[in-house]
Amino acid sequence: MSEKKTALELIDIHKSYGSLEVLKGVSLSASDGEVISILGSSGSGKSTLLRCINLLERPSQGQIRIAGEELALTAGKDGDLQASNRRQLERMRAQVGFVFQGFNLWPHKSILENIIEAPTQVLKQPREQAVSRAKELLERVGLLSKADAYPANLSGGQQQRVAIARALAMDPQVLLFDEPTSALDPELVNEVLAVMRSLAEEGRTMLIVTHEMRFAREVSSQVVFLHQGQIEESGTPEEVFDRPRSQRVRDFMASHS
Amino acid sequence: MDLLGFGDLLLSGAWVTVKLALTSLVFGLIFGLLGASAKLSRFWPARALATAYTTFIRGIPELLLVLTIYFGGSMVLMAIAEQFGYTEYIEISAFAAGVAALSIAFGAYSTEVFRAAIQAIPKGQWESAQALGMTPLKTFFRIILPQVWRLALPGLGNLFQVLLKDTALVSVVGLNDLMRQAYVATGSTKQPFTFYMAAAVIYLGLTVISTLMTTWLERRADPASRRAAA
Repeated sequence: MSEKKTALELIDIHKSYGSLEVLKGVSLSASDGEVISILGSSGSGKSTLLRCINLLERPSQGQIRIAGEELALTAGKDGDLQASNRRQLERMRAQVGFVFQGFNLWPHKSILENIIEAPTQVLKQPREQAVSRAKELLERVGLLSKADAYPANLSGGQQQRVAIARALAMDPQVLLFDEPTSALDPELVNEVLAVMRSLAEEGRTMLIVTHEMRFAREVSSQVVFLHQGQIEESGTPEEVFDRPRSQRVRDFMASHS
Repeated sequence: MDLLGFGDLLLSGAWVTVKLALTSLVFGLIFGLLGASAKLSRFWPARALATAYTTFIRGIPELLLVLTIYFGGSMVLMAIAEQFGYTEYIEISAFAAGVAALSIAFGAYSTEVFRAAIQAIPKGQWESAQALGMTPLKTFFRIILPQVWRLALPGLGNLFQVLLKDTALVSVVGLNDLMRQAYVATGSTKQPFTFYMAAAVIYLGLTVISTLMTTWLERRADPASRRAAA
């Protein structure tokens, strides 16, 4: 088998808020088709790391490469990095799907309109093409019948499935999930995890920040444990879950099983 | 409506009042949106300018603004025209001066309404659009602004009602609006109660219509109301 291409590479990402250093140099890389789960207690910097990838949060230092292309960054007035070229940032953001903890669907647009917005406005797809693709995706997440409903009419689990379909509509190279089930009632978690599992099975490259340990163990090819802004331990699920080297990871696993 | 033969005069005045209010509303909304964008700008001179605008305009009586623009405006225009060799007397129409004064005032107040509404939109709404590669401008016009209307409508409806009544101020510089026509009719018939009462009824009718319109718009802007259609 030939060496797989690198879909995403983060090099030495730092992020500070004033004197508080949230990320202290995190590097990680995901090959095509890899599923990486990022674990860690709250405040360990895992969401910040994810948000730095598409510059929803501006890193203080570091490099970001998506599908081999490096995002050009320059230091802004406040010292944090910003995109040197807005166009490049927008193009790269279009290639990186982001699924938020709070879904962030647009309440004034129907479910279908939520999904076709970026394909028609950013990728300039013809409306008919975007609509037929959106319907395929809605079918896939089991919500085709809700195409004309509005976000307020959907449950949290349904909204999150729509948010995933919205991200998929851009045919992204990488999908980032920021605690996608943390805002859901327990009985709604599984419908979202099922969709994510099917994405992992079809070979999507995914980075997942999650507290769902069993899920992370089952779908991940790599698990990264973050502690106080640094990678404490990383490896295969078996290595990190079953034979953790660090005491901190052992304690974490014990309290989350 | 006859009213001793002055009915048509009052109605024509009412029509002028409506035109003045609606024209000022359109420009006022534009000023308000620009003001709010400036107040929320990262560029400090824009913020300073917008703050100066709202502080100054909200701090002076509207009547003063009307008089300044009507009388001062023609002086300024003439001074400018003179630079180009034009020396005739230039007069600003009372209607144009009224639109300028009222829309500048409406803009100053609606700047604050829009600013509060824009800030009330959750950050996640911007983030999800940006994460999909949408430009900030597209995000603002396609994602944020449609949601801003809903939040701003009650406040804007209120301001429009004030605007509708402030149009009466422009009668002072000779605009033949409802207020002035009622005054003229009273002058020649010596029946103040009849004509001021008639004008009051018409103003009341206009504000009731504007309230109904606002309620209708508010309902239309609320996505929950589309549930039935979904």
